[in-house]
Amino acid sequence: MNAPIRFTAVHQNLTFSRRMAVVGGAQVLVGGALVGRLGWLAVKENQKYNLLSESNRVQLIIVPPRRGWIVDRHGKPIAINRSNFRVDLIPDQVKDVPATVAVLTNLLALTPDEVDRINRDIKAAVGFQPVQVAENVPYERYAAVTVRLPELPGVQPMRGFSRFYPTGPAVAHLVGYVGTPSAEDYKKTKDPLFLTPGFKIGKQGLEKTLEPYMRGKPGGQRIEVTASGKLVKELDPKPDQSGSTVALTIDAGLQEYAARRMGDNSGALVALDVDTGDVLAFVSMPAFDPNNFSSGIGRTEWRMLSEDDHKPLINKVSQGLYPSGSTIKPAMALAFLKQGIDPKQRVFCPGGLRIGNRFFSCDAKHGSMDMHSAIERSCNTYFWSMGLRTDPELTTEMVNYLGYGQNFPQMPVNQRFGTMPSPKWLEQKYKRKWQGFDSANTSIGQGYVLINPLQLAVMPGRLGGGKLIQPRLLMGAPKPPIAPVAVDPQHLAIVRDAMSAVVNGSGTAVASKLQIPGVLMAGKTGTAQVYKLTQRKVANSNWALRDHALFIAFAPADKPKYAIGCIIEHGGFGASVAAPIVRDSMTYLFDQQKAWATLAPMEQEWGGSLAERNARRSAAFKAAAQSAAQLKAAAAKADDGQAGA
Amino acid sequence: MILSSIIPQPLARLPWKLLFLIVAIGLFGLVNLYSAAGGSIQPWALKQGMAIALFLGMAVALSNVREERIKPLVMPIYGAIVIALVLTDAMGIVGKGAQRWLDLGIIRLQPSEFMKPTIALMLARFYELLPAGDIRSFRAIWPAAALIGVPALLIIAQPDLGTGLMVVFAGVTVMFLAGLPLRWFLIPGAAIAAAIIPIYEFLLHGYQKKRIDIFLDPESDPMGAGYHITQSKIAIGSGGVFGKGFMQGSQSHLQYLPEGHTDFAFATLTEEWGMVGGTAIIIAYLFVLRWAMKVAANAPTRFGQLSCAGLTMVLFSYFAINLLMVMGLAPVVGIPLPLISYGGSAVMTVMICIGLLMSFERQQRSRSSSALS
Repeated sequence: MNAPIRFTAVHQNLTFSRRMAVVGGAQVLVGGALVGRLGWLAVKENQKYNLLSESNRVQLIIVPPRRGWIVDRHGKPIAINRSNFRVDLIPDQVKDVPATVAVLTNLLALTPDEVDRINRDIKAAVGFQPVQVAENVPYERYAAVTVRLPELPGVQPMRGFSRFYPTGPAVAHLVGYVGTPSAEDYKKTKDPLFLTPGFKIGKQGLEKTLEPYMRGKPGGQRIEVTASGKLVKELDPKPDQSGSTVALTIDAGLQEYAARRMGDNSGALVALDVDTGDVLAFVSMPAFDPNNFSSGIGRTEWRMLSEDDHKPLINKVSQGLYPSGSTIKPAMALAFLKQGIDPKQRVFCPGGLRIGNRFFSCDAKHGSMDMHSAIERSCNTYFWSMGLRTDPELTTEMVNYLGYGQNFPQMPVNQRFGTMPSPKWLEQKYKRKWQGFDSANTSIGQGYVLINPLQLAVMPGRLGGGKLIQPRLLMGAPKPPIAPVAVDPQHLAIVRDAMSAVVNGSGTAVASKLQIPGVLMAGKTGTAQVYKLTQRKVANSNWALRDHALFIAFAPADKPKYAIGCIIEHGGFGASVAAPIVRDSMTYLFDQQKAWATLAPMEQEWGGSLAERNARRSAAFKAAAQSAAQLKAAAAKADDGQAGA
Repeated sequence: MILSSIIPQPLARLPWKLLFLIVAIGLFGLVNLYSAAGGSIQPWALKQGMAIALFLGMAVALSNVREERIKPLVMPIYGAIVIALVLTDAMGIVGKGAQRWLDLGIIRLQPSEFMKPTIALMLARFYELLPAGDIRSFRAIWPAAALIGVPALLIIAQPDLGTGLMVVFAGVTVMFLAGLPLRWFLIPGAAIAAAIIPIYEFLLHGYQKKRIDIFLDPESDPMGAGYHITQSKIAIGSGGVFGKGFMQGSQSHLQYLPEGHTDFAFATLTEEWGMVGGTAIIIAYLFVLRWAMKVAANAPTRFGQLSCAGLTMVLFSYFAINLLMVMGLAPVVGIPLPLISYGGSAVMTVMICIGLLMSFERQQRSRSSSALS
């Protein structure tokens, strides 16, 4: 700036008017900006803010949607909803909270624990968020509350729904159970539905994995509320949309039958349709009663279930891993055939085989064996020596191809899929070379071989039907084309024939012949060592050390339709426990009446049907829980007494 | 100006267009307060109406005071207010909070309120007394800076950042118009821009910092302090072009909009009257400001020019700061929109400014007419 020599009043006036123009211009600019901003908010973003203002204004008193049913392949219910009575409380509408809670405690016979919980929930509740007082209220108590309603503002007696599983424990591990969402569940979704009393989500099994289909959309009473949650007026209610029904490939009758037929054994049974891969039964026993779980089970019951050595909380079908035992032999035989072993070639069994510096002893001195008789009589020596003569990598490949060690990604259940060992796998995992004894162990389903009961059914299914079926649990799921098993049909016939002889010839399971005219069952027994072979006799006295019993089967032997795999933990010899259970379950598929007739006397011997025994067990749990509570209360009283003294 | 022989001279000489504008804005404000109270003149509309009437009368009375009578009072009044501010701060510390000074029944006044018009007059007086040749020297600056700085700091210490900023804003505008070299604005301006972070870190109170944080990102605290901005934008945005209709605003009626009758009254109004209503208010204010700027531009004396311009800036800063804040373009600083927001203090300050401006305008007219005749 050129400094003027003198700054006069004239200059000052000039500067003033110039700068006034700047100030005035700035004012107009700001004014214009404000109008522009107003237009932006009110026109351009009007829709967005309208929505926000509506969601401010309108709130929903959520009514949980009805959960979709789970039905079997014939539409028979597996999981349904039963209407029940419940009592909720809307804290905002309650005049005198302590008095109301006191009246309800009296009317509904609430325990001190429940009252504590209710008081905590009331404190935490916001506005029109209802608080659960009690669910599954007996009708008389519900009626008592209804009658006193005029003097209990804010108390909401309602009809709700609870999940009901007609066959209880029989489907426990398949469908899982539902329960109240946890705080973490809510944090993940921030969905207010998760805080609504009476709302349940799938906690395990299909209830959990199929949750998105079965949940539905909540409806409820729409109300206009102020910022502080005061009710202004009621608007039109919004109807709920119940969840979709899910149809399973399961045959509910077979599922129940197999579960009951297992009695007090601990085990798993899977039945498949060999043409489609449809899972007809998915049984893991013993199990908990999912009906008890939906309203939350007591600590005592949980402890008793988790401490049970029969592991009723574990889904053995897809989570249990066992050595396959001799059930692997048909697949092994097919592998041998493919590698050029002549089925007529004989191996002499003197009661065992020396491999390296170890002697592997067979179950018996079988004498001269060909492939057919070796399967029929389950001769280990034959399989050991053939295993040594073939390429273990190729052999494993075949067994794995037939199902063992496989993962079935389209099954909506968590799977532990075990191991089918091969030289490559051994090198990778344990950094050592495959030895002769590895071939030997593997060829009779011991050593590193670990399978789950699902694979135990898929293998005979693929062998029997000759199709590379994938187990399928959802009726609505797409059906991809099923490829045939890539082996010589003549080889398959040899194996099938041998398996038929296991049951119908002079094999290990002749006692479990199907008692249905014109229908033969083919099968293979398996006995999986839990304890060292040499000490088997010692072990037999102790349940937990006994061998696992396995049995795989398909029927009819000539034109296979169904396949079953079954394992009974610590059941001893495969033919003794597992095979009869498979036989009766298979019988059910051909003649239900006959099957039920067989079961009736057995159940009498066991002390009643599954439902009866389960009810007794639940009562025992309750009694135990009660006595535990009483003990605790007595101890607390004693403490108080001491403190007072 | 309405010239008629029927109307008495003093009345005819009032700037009627301006008064109509002021009354119209005030009435719109009262209607809005009536709605905000859920269709009742209690508790806000009636009191606000009384305050507007009272202070409008005062403004008309003030418009009769001539410049020569005002000038000698400026310095004593300024001094008295500074002393009052010191006392306020001292007693505020004792009383642990912002100290009220005067309780007039209808409104409660803080001395800082009077400082807004006074700072304009005080600086105008200073530059009037300063010889024209000195305007480029340091003598033109430090006294003015002190005159602004002392009260501004006292007010910010109360703490009342909004009012403090308004005082600085009006004062600096007068300095600018007085003709100080531009570098005196550009250099400190740049310095302040550079010092924003240190000021933010060390000078501001925790809650003031938080307001700025939330202004920059309202969603960071949707249920806390960001709630104001968010809900205000919802109210304005959901109003659309024509609004939800009188007494139909859900944001204010269901109390989602906090301060819907005070600082955020404009949001209440726009929700119900839409962009049309909001724009009408903005345009009405711009007309008032244009009138005031004309008065300043036409003032024959240096004191008149600078005073009027400074008073205009006080009016403008109420308008601009409040609306920028309500529409989410500035942090929430607690400045009401006079005549629309409930609260007599702002009405009083605005009326003092208008009264003084009317006084200057009347003198211009009488002077020009006397010069003509």
